[in-house]
Amino acid sequence: MAWKVCKRLFLILVLLFLYLPILLLAVYSFTSSTNIGAIRGFSIHNYVTLFTTPELTGMISGTVLLALGAAGIATVLGTIGAIGAFYSRRNASAFITTLNQIPVINADVVTGFSICVLLVVVLHIGKDSYIPLVAGHVTLCAPFVFLSVMPRIRQMDSSIYEAALDLGATPFRALMEVVVPQIVPGIVSGFALAVTLSLDDYFIAMYTKPATFDTISTYVVNATKGAQTSIKTALWALSTVIFLLVVLVVLVSNLRTRRLAAAQDGSLTR
Amino acid sequence: MENRDTIIELKGITKIYEDGFKAVDDFNLEVKKGEFVTFLGPSGCGKTTTLRMIAGFDLPTEGDILLNGKSITGLPPYERPINTVFQRYALFPHMSVYDNIAFGLRQKKTPKDVISRKVGRVLELVDLEGFEKRGIQTLSGGQQQRIAIARALVNEPQILLLDEPLGALDLKMRKEMQLELKDMHDKLGITFIYVTHDQEEALTMSDKIVVMNEGRTQQIGTPEDIYNEPVNAFVADFIGESNIFNGMMTGHLKARFCGGEFACVDDYEEGTHITAVVRPEDVEITPPGEGTITGIVDSVIFKGIHYEITVLSGKNEMVIQTVHSAKVGDRVGMRVDPENIHIMLAEDHTNLFYADVNSDFRLEYNGHRLDTSLTAIIRGSRRREDGTVVDANGEVLEPGRVRILVFIQPDDIEMTDDQDAGLIRGTISNLIYKGDHYSYIIHTELEQDFVVDDEYLWNMDDRVSLLMPVEKMKFTLKHK
Repeated sequence: MAWKVCKRLFLILVLLFLYLPILLLAVYSFTSSTNIGAIRGFSIHNYVTLFTTPELTGMISGTVLLALGAAGIATVLGTIGAIGAFYSRRNASAFITTLNQIPVINADVVTGFSICVLLVVVLHIGKDSYIPLVAGHVTLCAPFVFLSVMPRIRQMDSSIYEAALDLGATPFRALMEVVVPQIVPGIVSGFALAVTLSLDDYFIAMYTKPATFDTISTYVVNATKGAQTSIKTALWALSTVIFLLVVLVVLVSNLRTRRLAAAQDGSLTR
Repeated sequence: MENRDTIIELKGITKIYEDGFKAVDDFNLEVKKGEFVTFLGPSGCGKTTTLRMIAGFDLPTEGDILLNGKSITGLPPYERPINTVFQRYALFPHMSVYDNIAFGLRQKKTPKDVISRKVGRVLELVDLEGFEKRGIQTLSGGQQQRIAIARALVNEPQILLLDEPLGALDLKMRKEMQLELKDMHDKLGITFIYVTHDQEEALTMSDKIVVMNEGRTQQIGTPEDIYNEPVNAFVADFIGESNIFNGMMTGHLKARFCGGEFACVDDYEEGTHITAVVRPEDVEITPPGEGTITGIVDSVIFKGIHYEITVLSGKNEMVIQTVHSAKVGDRVGMRVDPENIHIMLAEDHTNLFYADVNSDFRLEYNGHRLDTSLTAIIRGSRRREDGTVVDANGEVLEPGRVRILVFIQPDDIEMTDDQDAGLIRGTISNLIYKGDHYSYIIHTELEQDFVVDDEYLWNMDDRVSLLMPVEKMKFTLKHK
């Protein structure tokens, strides 16, 4: 009996540890207080500030655009890389896979800093253009796309590519019409992973972004250091919004997989 | 001159993989228009590799492939008028049955109405009318197989390649599909090239069988030829069940093997080293003393339409199929009609004998352990921690159920006077001078005949012991 209570208690403690901080922020985002500690009453002014201050909305939409764009490019490159590695000779394939793992493990600081040195210092690409920033985020994301696509290709019946060739499809058409549709789930999850990575990133953006541009991460770091309280509390609202979005995405995707599994079961027993 | 009936010709095809493995070695074949040709052999014999080279998935290292007299050796698969039915069907899982079948026609920009007509017709051919909208996952294995055949046939290929297409089906379904495929072949008149390791399937379906082993063609012929007149011990052993013995011609139309002297119809010179093949259904059991040889019944297995009886005559084993049962331990005589003994020149005089697998999973011959491991002999097998050996499919080998056929060349065997030094003792029963060496036939204590090449002169009736180095032996696994 006591053991059962202990187990429960432990679970509750872990969950509290995970969710209490964000809950705290969420609660305070709906108040008019400027400091954590004293609740002064319900208010949505943080949300109003968040969605009406041009500086904030610009920063948010910029971050989202950057994430989608960089993830898009990274998805194309990572997918091509994975397909290429899969159909390479064994040694070449192992070599590419190993090379791909290094940036995954490597510290972001190193990636960001080295890209900054290469593009800005050596190649003289202006830091006021977005090229170094996009290049940095693509470098960050592409290896992860590669990793999420690769297992899908391995699972695929490799003879279906040959079957397509056998039926008269050129290698390119066989790839587009037969191989790619098979690995779509890997590509989609690779893209999703790339988006979150880009949204999360701080170090690479800091080294490569134009001075006038801020991603959510760089902005938050600067703002929490600053003294502008209205902006600071608006960021509580932003955190809450992001958290709710994430919860929504997770719920929807879980529901979808469950429904897909159910549909497949149904078709098998039919 | 090119034969006008020849549709495809393979000339001196050799395939060596990057790692140096020679999968196919100097393969030559002519296939006539409309023929049903089967490549038959154990796994790893090069039959699938050959098929892949015809399809265009692999390029031969050497040699030429001619289609209607024109070389297609370097042509990519999508430019060859040849279609393949894959081992695991390789249907496109994200497409409906209709889209799968229409795939090839769409690549050729066939008009829509033609596609739908052709798909309908080919679905009728494989007996799956009305399946157009079904998803691939909703089909059974047999239905998927039919769709795979339909998908290939709808393109009206000049040659249809089938890579063990029935391997994944259960026995009953397989038998059914064999007949249906044969039927389709007769109806359509398309040339079929079929790959299988199932000898019965090959015998049932083919016009012509190509028996392959270790990348080499062993024999090309009609099913009857291959069954009745195998050219060497490998073919005899692979096609149907057979008793194979090494022996020697002891006179005009007389051969000694399995511890007895048999009358036969193949005429070879006295003293020739021969391989004798006797089919189990051709051995007649007689009362003891009345047959050519006698033996003790070792096992009797009821197989439904017949009994399979194993008789030990000395150390030689004779497998017999008969409708009459026998009792284990009985003494019986055995007789074989001369017509039913197939004598072959022991091809390049390879010696062959059976080694047993003992309870430690080690090889044994004549009470001596052979210093090699089973895992090195059986491809893909491994020894587990408890000492048992499992094959490539993870199934445990039962020592009593398998034995190993061992091949060794005459010049790899050495004779010695030291009677205990070798694997087996025997007497020299024939010798021929071959210019730079002597060729001896040694009749062993186990009533087997070995050919040994030696440059030194020994005398007739000398007692010798045979030294056979394990590293010179070749092995194949046999299930009892």
